[in-house]
Amino acid sequence: MLEIKNVEKTFNPGTINEKKALNGINLHLNEGDFVTVIGGNGAGKSTMLNMVAGVYPVDCGNIIIDGVDVTRLPEYKRAKYLGRVFQDPMTGTAADMQIEENLALAARRGKTRLLRVGITAKERKEYKELLKILDLGLEERLTAKVGLLSGGQRQALTLLMATLKKPKVLLLDEHTAALDPKTAKKVLDITEEIVLKNNLTTIMITHNMADAIRVGNRLIMMNNGKIIFDVSGEEKKRLTTADLLEKFKVSAGEELSNDRILLS
Amino acid sequence: MEILQQLLNALPGSISQGLIWGIMAIGVYITYRILDVADLTVDGSFATGGVVAVMLILNGWNLWLAMLMAFLAGLLTGAVTGLLHTLMGIPPILAGILTQLSLYSINLKIMSKANQSVNVNQTDLLISLRWVKELAFHNPLITVGIVLVVLIGVLYWFFGTEMGCALRATGANLNMSRAQGINTSFNKVLGIMLSNGLVAFAGAFLCQYQGFADVKMGQGAIVIGLAAVIIGEAIFGKIFRNFALRLLSVALGSIIYYIVVQAVITLGLDANLLKLLSAVIVAIFLAIPYWKRQYKAKHMVRAKGGKVNA
Repeated sequence: MLEIKNVEKTFNPGTINEKKALNGINLHLNEGDFVTVIGGNGAGKSTMLNMVAGVYPVDCGNIIIDGVDVTRLPEYKRAKYLGRVFQDPMTGTAADMQIEENLALAARRGKTRLLRVGITAKERKEYKELLKILDLGLEERLTAKVGLLSGGQRQALTLLMATLKKPKVLLLDEHTAALDPKTAKKVLDITEEIVLKNNLTTIMITHNMADAIRVGNRLIMMNNGKIIFDVSGEEKKRLTTADLLEKFKVSAGEELSNDRILLS
Repeated sequence: MEILQQLLNALPGSISQGLIWGIMAIGVYITYRILDVADLTVDGSFATGGVVAVMLILNGWNLWLAMLMAFLAGLLTGAVTGLLHTLMGIPPILAGILTQLSLYSINLKIMSKANQSVNVNQTDLLISLRWVKELAFHNPLITVGIVLVVLIGVLYWFFGTEMGCALRATGANLNMSRAQGINTSFNKVLGIMLSNGLVAFAGAFLCQYQGFADVKMGQGAIVIGLAAVIIGEAIFGKIFRNFALRLLSVALGSIIYYIVVQAVITLGLDANLLKLLSAVIVAIFLAIPYWKRQYKAKHMVRAKGGKVNA
């Protein structure tokens, strides 16, 4: 479903701030794979997702989504294949627009937007039903501005927007990191429910080691722009956070350092 | 008493001007509020609209067709600014200034001189300040008023379509828009075009109203537009929530601006100081939300500090 072939990326090349963010990444995801990604600061986790999404051009390598080489496509054209949720709850939604308007924008992802009405009465009903799944009371606030919602509500809404039109690949970039533990758990539960129900191919970056082990069917660990550990199936389920830290030490030759990392 | 009489006498004229500039201010609203870009093209495109309309009218064109061409010319000026920004990476304010400057030459070229009159005695016009007190269709109050209402209706419809929603989303959140497959560069250009089309259309009305087009007629237009947007929001912002009503509040803001201007002139203010006064008013209104935030931030820090100590 997703193939990342030999992708490299260096930021600010030739300057004092030169930073090799991706150092030859290779990753192949089958349909329905749910991959969690962990790694230290500056390991290249977010850069990898941004490369798939087309936020920056790659230096070399190819990105193939469902058989289509999207390496040269601009971000807005790739959006057709992708659902994205960002770390910052402000990024994924338009604060000045209504909840239903945000959903309607997402429903038209990958379609040409012409002079048809921006949101139909039928859609409004559908959105009301969909929002009930979140169980956050948003179904009664369809016309409220998104700016009035809490961070957790906005992330849940972004998740719904990202999956409203079934994406080929769902990209979650530490989407629970900015939330309090209780809300983070709720958003993660909703994430699992939606991903499993729709059998979505998903990459989820997380700073929570326990979540990384518990959620999904595959786990990769990154360091210095490379994938240093890739485990799936039964072997992944048996992992402990101690195993992961040890694995990191052996593979990377240093202790795992991440400002936000959660071990429990 | 005499002053009040003078004011009342001048009222139809002030309202007419307010309506014309109201169309222009709605154009500014589209860039400044919806697209979140301060577009300075308008100072040039306003005159372009007037210049194009006057020249076509003098050449015997149908009046409404001349207005349409002014609108199209405005779209074109907006396209230039939009492409300078999106294709050449020039910051939007600078892109607008570049277009505005080049339009000065272009407007001069179109007219072959600095100003050109259209005499209402010799030429048929849609509106004229001479008719502000007549009970007829060509009274600017009626013609411009109807056009304004129609325009608000059309814009209300447009911003509710898929395309209009994408434009609003582009102004609201670029990252989110791209993630949802919206071509943000295209929408920026589209928004700036639409804005300048309306501005030029208003310019075409103004030159008929005053009976001439002048290369300098758009000078400071952005400030008047911003003033109308800000006054409208300050007065009607709390009660007008609907999008169409918001556009209406911009037009009302423009009318209020012109009534106030007329009042201060009648009261004896040196008309040469008018632009200074406008700029000061806009600067203060732009500063108020910032000051409010600063005050609140200070206040909250203190409140929190108190809690910690207790």
